[in-house]
Amino acid sequence: MIGRLSILLGALSLLLPALPANARTIAITNGRIVTMVGAGEVDNGTILVRDGRIVAVGADVSIPAGAEILDAGGRIVTPGLIASGTALGLIEVRNVEAADDRATDRSDVSAAFDAGYGLNPDSLLIPVARLGGITRAIATPSYGNDGNRELLFAGQAAAIALGGGPILVKRGVAMVLDMGDAGAERAGGARGGEIVALRAVLAEVRDYVRRRAAYDRGETRDYSLSRADLEALIPLVEGRMPLLVSVNRASDIRDALALARDERLKLIVEGGAEAWRVAAELARARIPVLVTPVDNKPASFETLGATLTNARRLAEAGVLIAIQGNGNNRERELRYNAGNAVAAGLPWQQGLAAITVNPARIFGLAEQIGSLEAGKDADIVIWDGDPLDTLARPVAIFIRGERQPMTSRQTELRDRYRSDGR
Amino acid sequence: MIRLLTAFLLGLAAPAAAADIAITGARILTMGPGGAIEEGTLVIRADRIVAVGANVPVPANARVIDGRGAVLAPGFIQADSTLGAVEVSQVPTSADRATHSRRISAGFDISLGLNPDSILLPVSRLAGITHAVVTPLYDDRSGRELLFAGQAAVVDLGQRPDMVTRPRVAMVLEMGEGGAGRAGGARGATIVALRALLDDVRHFARNRDAYDRGAGRPQSMSRIDLEALVPVAEGRMPLIVKLDRASDMLEMIAFARAERLRIIFDGAAEGWRIADAIAQAGIPVILDPVQNLPKSFSELGATLENAARLHAAGVVIVLRTGSGVAHRARELRYGAGNAVAYGLPYDAAVAAITINPARIFGVGDRIGSLEAGKEADLILWSGDPLEPLSQPKAIFIRGIEQPLTSRPLELRDRYLPAAISSTGSPSGGD
Amino acid sequence: MRPFILILLAGLAACASNQASVPPAVTAVQTRPGIDPFADSDPFPSSYRPGPSMKFAIVGATILTGTGSRIDDGTLLVSDGKIEALGTDLAVPAGYSRIDGRDRWVSPGVIDAHSHLGVWSQPETVEAQSDVNELTDPNTAQVWAEHSLWPQDPGFDAAREAGVTTLLILPGSGNLFGGRTVTVKNVPVTAVRDMKFPGAPYGLKIACGENPKRTYGGRGRSPATRMGNVAGYRRAWIDAADYARRWEAWRKAGGAGDPPRRDLQMDTLAGVLRGEILVQNHCYRADEMANMIDIAREFGFRIRAFHHSNEAYKVAPLLVREDICAATWTSWWGYKMEVFDAIEENAAIVHAAGGCAIIHSDDNLVGQRLNQEAAAALSAGRRAGLDIGEAEAIKWFTANSAKALGIADRTGSLEPGKNADVVLWSANPFSIYARADRVWIDGAAVFDRGDPGYRRHSDFLVGQPGQGRRP
Repeated sequence: MIGRLSILLGALSLLLPALPANARTIAITNGRIVTMVGAGEVDNGTILVRDGRIVAVGADVSIPAGAEILDAGGRIVTPGLIASGTALGLIEVRNVEAADDRATDRSDVSAAFDAGYGLNPDSLLIPVARLGGITRAIATPSYGNDGNRELLFAGQAAAIALGGGPILVKRGVAMVLDMGDAGAERAGGARGGEIVALRAVLAEVRDYVRRRAAYDRGETRDYSLSRADLEALIPLVEGRMPLLVSVNRASDIRDALALARDERLKLIVEGGAEAWRVAAELARARIPVLVTPVDNKPASFETLGATLTNARRLAEAGVLIAIQGNGNNRERELRYNAGNAVAAGLPWQQGLAAITVNPARIFGLAEQIGSLEAGKDADIVIWDGDPLDTLARPVAIFIRGERQPMTSRQTELRDRYRSDGR
Repeated sequence: MIRLLTAFLLGLAAPAAAADIAITGARILTMGPGGAIEEGTLVIRADRIVAVGANVPVPANARVIDGRGAVLAPGFIQADSTLGAVEVSQVPTSADRATHSRRISAGFDISLGLNPDSILLPVSRLAGITHAVVTPLYDDRSGRELLFAGQAAVVDLGQRPDMVTRPRVAMVLEMGEGGAGRAGGARGATIVALRALLDDVRHFARNRDAYDRGAGRPQSMSRIDLEALVPVAEGRMPLIVKLDRASDMLEMIAFARAERLRIIFDGAAEGWRIADAIAQAGIPVILDPVQNLPKSFSELGATLENAARLHAAGVVIVLRTGSGVAHRARELRYGAGNAVAYGLPYDAAVAAITINPARIFGVGDRIGSLEAGKEADLILWSGDPLEPLSQPKAIFIRGIEQPLTSRPLELRDRYLPAAISSTGSPSGGD
Repeated sequence: MRPFILILLAGLAACASNQASVPPAVTAVQTRPGIDPFADSDPFPSSYRPGPSMKFAIVGATILTGTGSRIDDGTLLVSDGKIEALGTDLAVPAGYSRIDGRDRWVSPGVIDAHSHLGVWSQPETVEAQSDVNELTDPNTAQVWAEHSLWPQDPGFDAAREAGVTTLLILPGSGNLFGGRTVTVKNVPVTAVRDMKFPGAPYGLKIACGENPKRTYGGRGRSPATRMGNVAGYRRAWIDAADYARRWEAWRKAGGAGDPPRRDLQMDTLAGVLRGEILVQNHCYRADEMANMIDIAREFGFRIRAFHHSNEAYKVAPLLVREDICAATWTSWWGYKMEVFDAIEENAAIVHAAGGCAIIHSDDNLVGQRLNQEAAAALSAGRRAGLDIGEAEAIKWFTANSAKALGIADRTGSLEPGKNADVVLWSANPFSIYARADRVWIDGAAVFDRGDPGYRRHSDFLVGQPGQGRRP
């Protein structure tokens, strides 16, 4: 029989084991709750969690008997952060090939490559990212460049959870494609070549859908893609799966927009160094953009317009933006990136939205995550300060209602060697 | 057929013929329903065991082998071995463990072209091994994107021309790191390619006529490979899946369920972490009981207690040793002993090198235990067969007594006299 | 849970420094630091410090002393890190903690005379973890294994839990001259200097046969054949003799004029010629061992041990005469032509011929069961009619290994005054079921199976999957 407990936060991290989420009711009280939805901020609010889900959020939530109570002590409570454009779960050490499952060179698997397979829930990168407040991620395939093949698609991204149950949440949340410099190189060296090839492949897929029976009889023309790749692209051409295009140059973004319009594809722009230059067009076409706000280097001829103000300008134009972290081992910097965007003029609320509710919307997960409201998964982070500030840290993290350990391999190493007697 | 006839004739025309052999007074580890018999007798007639028990009469005129003080056990079965398919590992022409043909992967049948005269067979036999599950390896020279290594076979070590006990007992597939490497570098690609392939195989099986007319869906595999995979896709032939990481195994369990495959795990260094899930799925596990080091990022949880924990969870386990090196097959009994030292019950350890592999590879009705009617594959040991200090006193394979010699023993006898004739005093300190 | 004692670097002043390899008498000639090879004979001194040593007594055990004796129902006394006394009717003095040894066996700490732990570390399938073979030139006598050695290799922990207290860590065998070996005590540390066996002589790894000729022949350079191997050794020894001569001449002249140019490769080879560095020679075949003995005679040095030496049984009398140890396995054979004639009785035959037989590992799994590998060799020997007792066979992985490493005056056997490197086994160590229950190095407990505090896994395994529940 669990009594009504009231435990101070400081002690909690040491005492409370990560218990299964189900069959437990948890009340987080006295929080400054940043819901990321209609209610906005609730001061001195309570979040009630049951069976891994949020059942109530507000200032006047009645706490049922038997609930565990966690006093947030007036601290900021936010939804768990969502890292997009990452390979969490697919990589352990970049220079160790066997511990890197981001990409395949297999000639008959490109679009069919599914990042939802081969995920490693034991990855040491996951707790490190989690301590940065990240509770979900979009595990995104990348390209293998050893195969010498002219592949177009990297494969399909998958939504994952960083705890609280199975790692895989949803397969096929986006089809990943490089355009611009890298895409052109992979299609033979010229942008024009890639766009022509793309249109031809999409036509093949549509042809294949109409002639499956004939295909099985060997009575179609030869397709350039394997059957697995053709099948994988059907949801794309039918507009059910978004196309995540890595692209930076303004003109390339326009080309991607045109392609999406002509082929009736759902588009997500990733990278978008010069997206601010075509912000109005992106807003009009309702195309979301994933940006890395700290990336302001003219590192190539396609990112000459890179600027710290990209995120702000896109948001001002009405583009739905999500902010990305700095990649796998550095994913915990996600919130700092949002903070930098805020420093460059993006409103704080929008900075936080860009790492919570916005990526949830962009990847079709907003029904479950991204905000704190009844019915959503209980991905909740309590912070000891401003979550976008480097000096602040999470003091409690819940994923699907399950409290997460506040340790990682790095903290264990620290504790093994620390000499201050702890 | 001939064998049956011979047995029949023997049984009829020459009851208790001179060919009968009775091993008496031994402690018998039957590994069958009879359990361990403290002091029993076992009778061999021709290639069969005809009686085993505590109170079995010795047939008149039988040759009697006094087993008092000795231990009688079934011949051991080395799973995941290349015995008969290799002579010197680093001499490629002496090794037939793998093919790098571009047209043959699943279709590779290791039971063809084995060498019954291999000098490795007597060496392994002297360690109590009477059978091996000969299992193809990969040869990655071709740079081909193959998935399967080929088909395994059960063989006996009796150095007879007809050494194959049962061919094509399982298909071999490496997943995990190795599988990913062979599928372009990512685990996700392996599973996707595998699923597409199985679908193609089923399509092929349904439309053979069309393929013979040059019609049918385009196929990436050769006809040889497609045919070889039909029994796998239909769940008739088990698939040995080599992998170690816990999450890879969980994924494979789900995949096998969805595709209705019969699978056997091989490796499974982290198996203990998900022992219940493996047990629930009824998947047998072949493992090396002494592999306790984190040799790769897939084996971080490796431990000496893997065998014991899997067994305790109800998983049927098979032990193998020597890192898959045929020359080291003789360490099998030591591996089993180590598993016992780290918690595996003794009987389970012996079962894991006798009756378990026999059952898993479809020869449990013929070998793997000492029961009347089974083939007479057995070893009489000077003591506990898992102890290095014990040695075989007699070895029978299909009722034929095997010589207690090998090429290394012949070399020993060639040099031993000269070595010890010049004996001085044992060398002292520094 | 008792935290394992970490012997930290902590800027220790070099204590227990290596003074064993005494430099030849020299006239003091001032040069800039690093110019004169004799100015500092020990630039990487050991900073090993034994853990806290208790006074204790193991009572009622079967003791295999490593000197050829077996003491039943024996008592072993340890104090101040040394073996104090052992025998049957020893009283346990006051102040000694008493350890029940009934039904258990005691042996000297296991010494692995051939290991690559730390220089080819776990996870070993990851290329970055391999620092064992400097395959850039057939002669890399200038490299030192200790500069590759990663003390966090989880293999050290596994070996310690199997009773291994001392190891010879060698460079690989791809080169004719692989580099210097290092002798280490199996203690958990963060820097190799903290585990270096104080005063242990250096070794030089030399390799015969297939490996060097395959490595370099495959690149179209010498050696591509065994005769190329031999030419390579001899050229190097000629150079070394000349190098030694030039330094001697300069020294004899009182340091007049420019000193010869110092050469790390030649330093090591010249050290062998002076007898300070022991030759540890990877060599499988009988004929090649005989050739190597001739080369040693030609240039005036000695071979301490042949490693692998699977054909030692063919030349056992020669090895006895030359006083060269044969370090070998029992079960390995057949993976290449030069090991085709390996027999299980190899160690037993060398032993029976009066030689120094050693069971080594060259492998991180075999290294965890040298006792079993020795048991298989013992069993084979008995099968061949060689009547060898456990009290003798225990030397194969203790006293004889210590002899090959040049540390037999300090460890390898249980004799009063020697380092208290001790294993308490759960059973006869020649049984497959025996496990090392407790292990001491210099009288300090480094492993106790009953105390989870000693399951000190390496930093690599910190936070890794399954560790919380790992046995």
